[in-house]
Amino acid sequence: MSIKNKSIYLDHSATTPVDKGVLKAMLPYFSDNFGNPSSVHSFGQEAMMGVDIAREKVAEFLDCLVSEIVFTSGATEADNLAIFGVIKALKRKNPNDKFHIITSSIEHPAALELFKVLQVQGIEVTFLPVKSNGIIDVEDFKQAIKDNTVFVSIMYVNSEVGSIQPIHEVGKWIQKINKLKLKKWQEADPKVRGDKPLIIYFHTDATQAVNFLNCSTKHLHVDLLSLSSHKIYGPKGVGALFVKTGTPLDAIQLGGHHENNRRSGTLNVSGIVGMGEAIKLLDKKTIEKNNKKIAKLRQLLITGIIKNIPDAILNTDLNQSVPSHAHFSFLGAEGEAILISLDLAGIAVSTGSACASNSLQASSTLLAMGISEEVAHSSIRFTLGKNTTLIEIKKVIEILPKIIKRLRQIAPKL
Amino acid sequence: MYSKKVIQHFQKPHNQGQIKNADAVGRVGNPACGDIMKIYLKIKDKTIKDVKFETMGCAAAIAVSSVLTDLVKNKTLVEALKVDNDKIVKELGGLPEQKIHCSMLAVKALKKAVDNYQK
Repeated sequence: MSIKNKSIYLDHSATTPVDKGVLKAMLPYFSDNFGNPSSVHSFGQEAMMGVDIAREKVAEFLDCLVSEIVFTSGATEADNLAIFGVIKALKRKNPNDKFHIITSSIEHPAALELFKVLQVQGIEVTFLPVKSNGIIDVEDFKQAIKDNTVFVSIMYVNSEVGSIQPIHEVGKWIQKINKLKLKKWQEADPKVRGDKPLIIYFHTDATQAVNFLNCSTKHLHVDLLSLSSHKIYGPKGVGALFVKTGTPLDAIQLGGHHENNRRSGTLNVSGIVGMGEAIKLLDKKTIEKNNKKIAKLRQLLITGIIKNIPDAILNTDLNQSVPSHAHFSFLGAEGEAILISLDLAGIAVSTGSACASNSLQASSTLLAMGISEEVAHSSIRFTLGKNTTLIEIKKVIEILPKIIKRLRQIAPKL
Repeated sequence: MYSKKVIQHFQKPHNQGQIKNADAVGRVGNPACGDIMKIYLKIKDKTIKDVKFETMGCAAAIAVSSVLTDLVKNKTLVEALKVDNDKIVKELGGLPEQKIHCSMLAVKALKKAVDNYQK
């Protein structure tokens, strides 16, 4: 037994342990059913069967067709394929058009950095602000739409504070705008109306939402949706992109004809099987049960922290967030020092997005929420999971106040 | 990520606290960048007789502050000012690349305290 088993893991937003049942489902696809699903012989077909079943499960969860699922190496690749893939196809078909894109200022770097690249290439990008609770204002979004807006990308749930974005409302509005545009064009004089107008395609990165929220692509009115397996108790290195039928998308990774020419590369069969199994475990009833359990433990954690630590600031809006997240700032103590202290006590947390931990910059999400740099540097993210226990939460409530007290004592008084 | 030495200094820092009636105080950093360090000196015959620090910052910043105070205690001002970033990093058994800047903070704080004393 590794000592990790005694440790308390409260960083489920970074990754989750592979569910035992998921691992069991994957194992035959390493040494027994090892075939390449592109092969025509029985070895290949055996492997393809595993992939097909997984694809059905993912499609069922996303309420879409199996042909609309593209397996990728994870959500980062899915985001890259969605954003660069759609823009590439639109540019190819409309080389003379000037495009406008709308996104938010709190996206994951997997999306944010791509939009900065597109900006450099001359595409206009609007980065929507967020309110103090880390949620975009739908009215801001409506205002930002222009005649040449072709793409909108808003994450479903922010990974740092857990805020839920109004994807359904945004999707519905886009659908309305698109319908109006087409109707206007259809009713115009065919001699002068020109080419069919470009409509808006809507992408959401749902990575942090899958465990907790309704991800029906029909309900959300999205054209593209990214997700990852390792955030839902599946293996790392596999994810998927939903691409609604009819959405223009050019492949980014070339060299084969896999995934219906949308993503070249031999399929990660065991990973895909694992992802299918992980998503199968997320039926509506289980989600409701887990949400309830996790929300209850989170409430205990928050109450315990606020009661025992003076000047603790909760940055997560409990009414509009997934139940896993509790993001705190402890003014006078630095986030990384809190993280290391907790780790030495056997408790794993994060100072924000793990991807940002190598940079010394304060989190752009927190700054966008109007939190000062000083407060942002003092923050810690707890993310609970389906296996988190009451004993673990009690231990955190016992240990954390001592840590904050010590760090505040070491610090110079302002 | 961190060496054993860094963790030791972080958990049980040496010379941590304030000096009442210090002969010199140096403070650098600002809350907005996440690190603040304050150094207190008791100086006699151009020698640092006592030194204490207060730091708000990451584990590396706290360990760096602790090790700096060890390195300059009972040194003459001239010797103390010779302690540079490399010496601190070496003493700590290395620091992760992105944390090297923390060692500069300590050196700057000491320099500022000595400057204030000599003014």
